[in-house]
Amino acid sequence: MERKTKVNAEDGKQDLVITREFDLPLELLFKAYADPEIVEQWMGTKVLKLENKKHGGWQFETSDAKGNVVFQANGVIHEFVPERKITRTFEMENAPFGVQLEFLEFEKISNETSKLIMHIVYKSVAQRDQMLQLPFAHGINMAHNRLQELVSKLK
Amino acid sequence: MNLRRDVFQAIADPTRRAILMLVASQSMTAGAIASNFDTARPTVSKHLQILTECELLGQQQNGREIYYHINAKKMKEVADFIEPFRNMWDDRFNKLETIMKNYKPKK
Repeated sequence: MERKTKVNAEDGKQDLVITREFDLPLELLFKAYADPEIVEQWMGTKVLKLENKKHGGWQFETSDAKGNVVFQANGVIHEFVPERKITRTFEMENAPFGVQLEFLEFEKISNETSKLIMHIVYKSVAQRDQMLQLPFAHGINMAHNRLQELVSKLK
Repeated sequence: MNLRRDVFQAIADPTRRAILMLVASQSMTAGAIASNFDTARPTVSKHLQILTECELLGQQQNGREIYYHINAKKMKEVADFIEPFRNMWDDRFNKLETIMKNYKPKK
């Protein structure tokens, strides 16, 4: 099966490109990025602020079931051209990963399909590789935590 | 070539990925591999050299012919490393797609 989401991360570079084709008209794809209520749904986070304009800011926050904040991120919007592009910064709060620069380009393929190209630039090669590994490390941690939960129930 | 040869650089190229897919099923000579591509033979040789240098492919001498085979261990390293990151985005985008397919504009 053709993989819909592609990640291109060349060795020794401090950027990466994520591409994805959607069975959605361009208008709807862009809306999913511009409408805070919709962003909340697919990102699984709370949108505290999303100012879709040049010099605008954005702020996301995710809490766990107990109400503890587990993820906070924010950034500034540099360019916002409806149905074409968004340029913004991204920074995770309380994390040592620094700021990353994101170039999002939205393209129409046909009336019913569209494409997103997300180009992310990091401060260094090491930082990019660290971010690439994060879900991998997270996956291991999750598995480990589940294991610990199971083990603690056995006691 | 004193460029650092690394697996990620190697798999960034679509032709090289196609070569890996091809050789995954059976070991092949350079000639047999090249016959599957419209690309010039020296170009394919270059790709094979890169894939071999970064250990994604192994070589085995059989009489006069050199057969290329895939190095499963190295391949697994690459897939495991980047796959969770790709999966994370794939999940998000799948969700986005589902939500927007059911989206009804507010009147």
